[in-house]
Amino acid sequence: MRSVFAALVCLAAALSAQPPGDLVTLKVQGNVYVISGAGGNIAVQTGDQGILVVDTGLANMSDRVVAAIRKLSDKPIQYVINTHVHPDHTGGNEAVRKTGLTYVGANVTGNLTDAGVGAQIWAQDNVLKRMSAPTGRQSSTPFGSWPTETFVAGRKQLFFNGEPVEIVHQPAAHTDGDSLVIFRRSDVVVTGDIFVTTSYPFIDVDRGGSIQGELNALNNIMEIAVPGLQDEGGTYLVPGHGRVCDQPDLLEYRDMVTIIRDRVQAAIKKGMTLEQVKAASLTRDYDGRYSAKSGFGSGEMFVEAIYKTLTGKKLAR
Amino acid sequence: MAAIAALVSVLAVGAAWAQGPGGYNPIGPGVSLDGNWGPVFHEDAHERGPGPELVNYLGLPITEGARMYGLAWDASRFTIPEHQCEVHIVSYIYRGPYNLRIWEERDPVSQKLIAIKQYIDNYQQTRTIWMDDRPHPPDVAPHTWMGFSTGKWEGNILTVETTHLKWGWIRRNGLRHTDQATLTEHFIRHADHLTHVSILTDPITLTEPLIKTQDLVLRIQNGQTWLYPCEPVVEIERPRGAVPNYLPGENPFLHEFADHYHIPVDAALGGAQTAYPEYQSKVKAGAK
Repeated sequence: MRSVFAALVCLAAALSAQPPGDLVTLKVQGNVYVISGAGGNIAVQTGDQGILVVDTGLANMSDRVVAAIRKLSDKPIQYVINTHVHPDHTGGNEAVRKTGLTYVGANVTGNLTDAGVGAQIWAQDNVLKRMSAPTGRQSSTPFGSWPTETFVAGRKQLFFNGEPVEIVHQPAAHTDGDSLVIFRRSDVVVTGDIFVTTSYPFIDVDRGGSIQGELNALNNIMEIAVPGLQDEGGTYLVPGHGRVCDQPDLLEYRDMVTIIRDRVQAAIKKGMTLEQVKAASLTRDYDGRYSAKSGFGSGEMFVEAIYKTLTGKKLAR
Repeated sequence: MAAIAALVSVLAVGAAWAQGPGGYNPIGPGVSLDGNWGPVFHEDAHERGPGPELVNYLGLPITEGARMYGLAWDASRFTIPEHQCEVHIVSYIYRGPYNLRIWEERDPVSQKLIAIKQYIDNYQQTRTIWMDDRPHPPDVAPHTWMGFSTGKWEGNILTVETTHLKWGWIRRNGLRHTDQATLTEHFIRHADHLTHVSILTDPITLTEPLIKTQDLVLRIQNGQTWLYPCEPVVEIERPRGAVPNYLPGENPFLHEFADHYHIPVDAALGGAQTAYPEYQSKVKAGAK
């Protein structure tokens, strides 16, 4: 259980140790921007009320991320939303939160900036469970980076900067705490690592991910996204990694995941072992485009995750 | 000597006139491609109309991965609503325009050429070829059916470089290039004929560049069929998320094209070698 997350932390650390490249900021549409190059993609919604940030990138990129956000707006950062637990998406939580604020009322006036509360961090409840630890035990991440608010009822809704914002849980997909963040007026969906354009899906089985949950989530996004005139544009998608997409881009990816699932399922029905399935090179047509050389996002790891979740087998690592 | 000086002087004045007042020529180099152009349908008939035979990859320099992708493709995928209105990618669409309108977009003040625009009736695509030396977008920017194109005049040839492509057809029977592909094109006008040369490069699906040409003729009349409305519908009810595909080794049409034309299956499966004349000798020798 801990091994994959430990590996992810190591990966995040390794990425952090690399000399940082340039961050690229691009307007998606409406009030939503994407900041790329700080680990996972970061989405930023700006408006009169303030700033909402979806995911915060790697910890060591925080200063540059905050600077990039500040180029978009000088309004306060009020909300941070995490699409899932992994450190390339939550690493900057603490730093970004500290630069923001939470407005309060009742018997407290003004805001809680002086108390150091900063912005609210929202995530599905399993994200907090994965980042924290029971009292007396060491958590995997610092307290200041944990979600300050969580939801368990499938979705959380906000109305911010003149548009409805929905955070919708996608059970057992990339992890057990994935959320889509839907900006309904801007017509932008932030997918987290359920959808990436840089590799195969990394299904974190040890943290509650599964191939069927991944496909359910991809099909959910397919149904939310509406292509524009002549099958292009319309709803835009900000993937966890890679370029901004629309529904036809997601279609190609959804088809790929489905087709490879079908092949592994057929191999299981024939009684093939994992080693035999791996040896059959069932991802050869997509490897050139999607396979990382090894580890997360590799064809081998993708096939193993499919096999594991379809058979329910615990496989030795 | 005086005569030579006078001639030089006249030529210099003439050159200045040709460039306009102050030596400024707002029109710039190149030729006008403006007009309505129509296709020549006797070229590459199997790419037009209903499309090519299944498992006919002959003459295409595809990788092993691209071949596997094609063999997994089931034509029933067209029945999925999200696939029905899929636009023919810019690297393929010139096989199918019934009408191609080309016009220039110039700065109204300076008359400098900003872009060459194209309207392709097939899937109602409007394409912009930027001529103002602007850079291509960053990697994180969206990819489109027509891609992002910049052009320059090389003599009277318009050369266009396109990036930010979506996945799209290499051949409309399951062979597709990826979104990592790039395209170089040349538009060459010979009076009322326009030759379009396209050079597609994709390190993932092609072992070498795929070079194609097609010709168009200038139309005096406007032609018909300028619109291409597309409305997807559910044609076959299937379980949610189902994607028709053939499992490895189970494509039932593997031999159909090869048997019909009495060629080896290996030839039908394509690859760079099948594009060259010497391959015919090899096939004939194998048949003996």
